Amino acid sequence: MSDLKVDVRANLRKRSAVKEAAIKAFFFVNGITAVVVLLGIFGLLLYTSVPAFREIDLKEFLGSPAWDPTSPEKAEYGILSMVVSTFLVTIGALVLAVPIGLGVASYLSDVAHWRVREIVKPVVEILAGIPSVVVGFLGIVIFGPAIAGIFGLSHGLNALNGSILLAIMSLPTIISISEDSLSAVPQAYAEASLGLGATRWQTLVRVKIPAALSGIIAAVMLGMGRAIGETMTVLMATGNARSFPTGIFQSVRTMTANIAIELGEVPYHTTHYYALFAIGLVLFIITFLVNMAADIVLRKYQEREQ
Amino acid sequence: MKRKIVQFLGFMLLRVCLYLVLAVLLLFLFDIIRKGGGVMSWEFLTQAPRRGMTEGGVFPAIVGTFLVTMITAVLAVPMGMFAAIYLNEYARQTRLTRLIRLAIRNLSGVPSIVYGLFGVILFVNIFAFGTSVLSAGLTLGLLTLPWTITASEEALKTVPDSYREGALALGATKWQSIRTNVLPYAVPGMLTGTVLGLARAAGETAPIMFTGAAFFLPVLPRSLGDQFMALPYHLYIMATQHHNILKVRPLAYGTALVLIALVLGMNMAAVVIRYRLRRKRRM
Repeated sequence: MSDLKVDVRANLRKRSAVKEAAIKAFFFVNGITAVVVLLGIFGLLLYTSVPAFREIDLKEFLGSPAWDPTSPEKAEYGILSMVVSTFLVTIGALVLAVPIGLGVASYLSDVAHWRVREIVKPVVEILAGIPSVVVGFLGIVIFGPAIAGIFGLSHGLNALNGSILLAIMSLPTIISISEDSLSAVPQAYAEASLGLGATRWQTLVRVKIPAALSGIIAAVMLGMGRAIGETMTVLMATGNARSFPTGIFQSVRTMTANIAIELGEVPYHTTHYYALFAIGLVLFIITFLVNMAADIVLRKYQEREQ
Repeated sequence: MKRKIVQFLGFMLLRVCLYLVLAVLLLFLFDIIRKGGGVMSWEFLTQAPRRGMTEGGVFPAIVGTFLVTMITAVLAVPMGMFAAIYLNEYARQTRLTRLIRLAIRNLSGVPSIVYGLFGVILFVNIFAFGTSVLSAGLTLGLLTLPWTITASEEALKTVPDSYREGALALGATKWQSIRTNVLPYAVPGMLTGTVLGLARAAGETAPIMFTGAAFFLPVLPRSLGDQFMALPYHLYIMATQHHNILKVRPLAYGTALVLIALVLGMNMAAVVIRYRLRRKRRM
């Protein structure tokens, strides 16, 4: 009788162990999905891009500024203009967003009353919550006419407009991560500086910001990654001219905007179609590298904190 | 004395930065509410666009956005929660775990148009779902996944280890301890985070442009295989692609207002969910 009981118990234990293992396996499958999706994106983009290079010379693709796939004489597939446009708009955005974002972050961490901070942080979150298509729309109706008026242009849909909008969109990222890293600077650093007679301003500029620099750099790079990959705002606000960009008042077409404009009209399985996926692949690789670099900087910084 | 003046000016400069950001936000909201409010009416919310989209409302776009967000949720919410449970409860610090975390961080940085391209190849072509609510929803689901995983894991991290250890010490299995002692405390936070992720997905345009969103569709989608209208894409069309852009500008403002209200409303709903569930647990 007691033998039977032990037997039943052992059996139960075994069954529950099997069940536990099955549950763990189930969660593991879900956990590994992220890796599968990331590799899937890369793999499928690569797979769909390759046929483009049966007709296009890779050197021409990356090095030529002329993009004219529908030309009846000779189709041209150079993405250099778009790549330069993307970086022009992105760098313009960073020039605006980094000082302002760092300023707000410093104000929140070092100057503002904690109550102000509690109010401002969710407000900045709201800014992050505005869909990009709405930001693009406001670029058309607010910043476009304003830029045209101030600089005496016929219209305001140009690289500067795109930069302003991307700056606004990357501000929440830059503010929140910079603020976190400024707040994470050990209190002792600030106290030592103040104890030596430095003002709070000197402490902020010469001690806290340098100490938080890697976090701030990571914040800027993450903001940059977002700006490079942003589609709707630049598509709507930069004018989309295909020429090589020569200045911030020029109408430009970024990589993302070009995909968005042409993918809807291109016939499937043509060189043009594959070339658009190749642009997507280039975009994926660039943002991947920027995000990886930001990640490495951020990890290093967090390790040092611990 | 000079140092004090420098400090004063410096802090003033920082304050100006803050005011600038707040001013931009206020300008955005004020402009949309004022000009979008002008066309807001019951008719605008409940009728389809008419006369080449120069009159009527955005009803099909509201329904479409709702449908596509439901599919996004069906994919991204459970998978995000399960993946987070694996990472926080089961995974040890192995190389594979680090790889998974790295993949998640990188996925959240992949441009939305790249998700759109991926959706075109995988869902529209390989799985042959065509341009449809289903393809668009699944594409948005993948886009949302890294956000829901991260948010769910944050929620799981807030549950103290002693809760888990208490259950284990009483002889519970791992899964029993998670089910009875971890999840009840983590679910409110998980829901909050996932609703925030869904709100962002509902406002996305680039991933649905080529996977299922339609320029104009007078009828509502009847199945998951149909195309649909969506608020963000509709706004894009009304703002840039319409044949008479200036005439439909008020309608574009109206669409922007509905979209903003929807997205910010979901944000607020998330906060309310957290508050309610917390209070219920305390009683």
